[in-house]
Amino acid sequence: MMKKVFGRPQSMKKNIFHYCAGCGHSIAHRLIAEVIDELDIRGITIGVPPAGCAVLAYNYFDIDMIEAQHGRGPATATGIKRILPDRVVFSYQGDGDLAAIGIAESFHAANRGENITVVFMNNAVYGMTGGQMAPTSIMGQKTTTSPAGRNNVLDGYPIQVSEIFSLLPGTAYIERCTVNSPASILKTRKAIRKAFQYQIDGLGFSLIEILSPCPTNWKMTPIESCRWIDEVMSKSFPLGVIKDLPAAAKGEQKKGGPRHDG
Amino acid sequence: MNKVLMQGNKIIGEAAIRAGCRFYAGYPITPQNEIPEYMAERLREVEGGVFIQSESEVAAIHMVIGASAAGARSMTSSSSPGISLKQEGISSLAACELPAVIVNMMRGGPGLGNISPSQGDYFQATRGGGHGDYRIIVLGPDSAQELADLTMDAFDLADRYRTPVMILADGMMGQMMEPVIFKTPKPRAYPESFIMKGAGAGKSKIIRGLILDPLDMEEHNWTLDRKYQVIARKETRHELFKADDAELILVAYGTGARIAKGAIKRLREQGLRAGLFRPITLWPFPTNELRDLAKKIENFLVFEMSTGQMVEDVRLAIQGRARIGFHGRPGGVVPTPVELTNVVMRKYDRKEGIIDHY
Repeated sequence: MMKKVFGRPQSMKKNIFHYCAGCGHSIAHRLIAEVIDELDIRGITIGVPPAGCAVLAYNYFDIDMIEAQHGRGPATATGIKRILPDRVVFSYQGDGDLAAIGIAESFHAANRGENITVVFMNNAVYGMTGGQMAPTSIMGQKTTTSPAGRNNVLDGYPIQVSEIFSLLPGTAYIERCTVNSPASILKTRKAIRKAFQYQIDGLGFSLIEILSPCPTNWKMTPIESCRWIDEVMSKSFPLGVIKDLPAAAKGEQKKGGPRHDG
Repeated sequence: MNKVLMQGNKIIGEAAIRAGCRFYAGYPITPQNEIPEYMAERLREVEGGVFIQSESEVAAIHMVIGASAAGARSMTSSSSPGISLKQEGISSLAACELPAVIVNMMRGGPGLGNISPSQGDYFQATRGGGHGDYRIIVLGPDSAQELADLTMDAFDLADRYRTPVMILADGMMGQMMEPVIFKTPKPRAYPESFIMKGAGAGKSKIIRGLILDPLDMEEHNWTLDRKYQVIARKETRHELFKADDAELILVAYGTGARIAKGAIKRLREQGLRAGLFRPITLWPFPTNELRDLAKKIENFLVFEMSTGQMVEDVRLAIQGRARIGFHGRPGGVVPTPVELTNVVMRKYDRKEGIIDHY
């Protein structure tokens, strides 16, 4: 008997991605869909796609989705989740969406500890509009609006969203991942799964930051882009678990330490 | 139902709760702070009630979008500068055909202006307000009783037409106290199929305003427009006050109409047969009704607490069939009925009609 080892997740529509070759969005979409299938939550999940390259995410996810204006995803997700607390609600946001125009909505949803999941695609550039500087563009990075390279005097510094959000008591779980290799993709999938599971368990706000290649606007080949994440980008944005309150609480319990309330 | 004495802002809150509003998000701004305060208290008491003090007006309206999509009767409120911030979300509500109620307790503007009652947001409210080709239903209450009645009606209208509805009042309406009787709300009739709650075992749903193909977008625009035309045909409301024998008609709404009623009483005591045409729906504007009136009455005087915004709709309705005068007090100034009486006496001559007409 033949065994199926690879197929389209049930939570994905049979549409072909419009994303550029080597782009990280299609990988991230697929990982989220796989997790939704695995947790068997397709019927109770509501996604909030952003403005930007992933604005058409609802063409690929076969789940209920409602668009948000640029940056407002976490506010819209808050409204949905508060009315339907037993649904799984996630927003999908780019770096301009989360760290620039929507920093207030994202920061405050995190600070309120909304029991939602944010998937944060950081590609250090504005992809959809043609490669302008992002709040996460790294120092010296040349973009169409920082032609001489990002300069802190003119442009400030790349914002480390995950580290900053981890300081908020309202956040439960924050991990920075990437999708530039089979190993890193599997790790990201695990992180997304954990974040959704935490939400299902009512453990609070989680954010998965994904360093995502943008070969088109980085003006690199897909392979060069993957290498750039390892060699350059991840120096500004170190990978790893930045905060995992539920796991820490569990660890303390195991060690016989003080019990963590909630 | 007993008559109770309540402040305007609280009346809106109570009417919303009774109408089944279960989600409110807002950001404090004078002169409407009693609305979020009242909702914070009342939404704790009702089952399934959610109150959020949002980080901004922008966030509030986008929370309302989410709550509305998720099936809750939802409301936000603010005053002029805050309403400007909400326009992004109001445009989205219109585009995505989601119901919501937005309260604007207008204050003096532009810019930060001041916190006194004003009617300077008429253009913004009645022309859609945000970007794109749309209208919203705008209701202009002139009493505590109407604050209650129209707030309840606003939720019904929002549901029926799947469109945002604005209560356009001002700081005076929000702050004053008057007796009110809350009517029994109608049960909600909003199809389950419109609500986004997860696809279940069925087909997934998309709520969006992004339509990239211009021909498809055009079709969406015309679909919305057809809806707005139905609203204009069916939902236009106005009040006539002492208009039957009138030689001169004042046109005013909201607080302006209350002042006009006081002036009309005084004018009649002096032998001038003045009456009032009061639009209750500011959009759709009661164009035909005003035009009909202009068939038998030759003189109109528009009074607004602005430099003249609704007067343009009056001119569009009357189309040169009658003489139209205007008196405005912008900037948060609330004139007395005596002032308006004197203005009418100065601007109107029985032989000449309105003297400085448009």
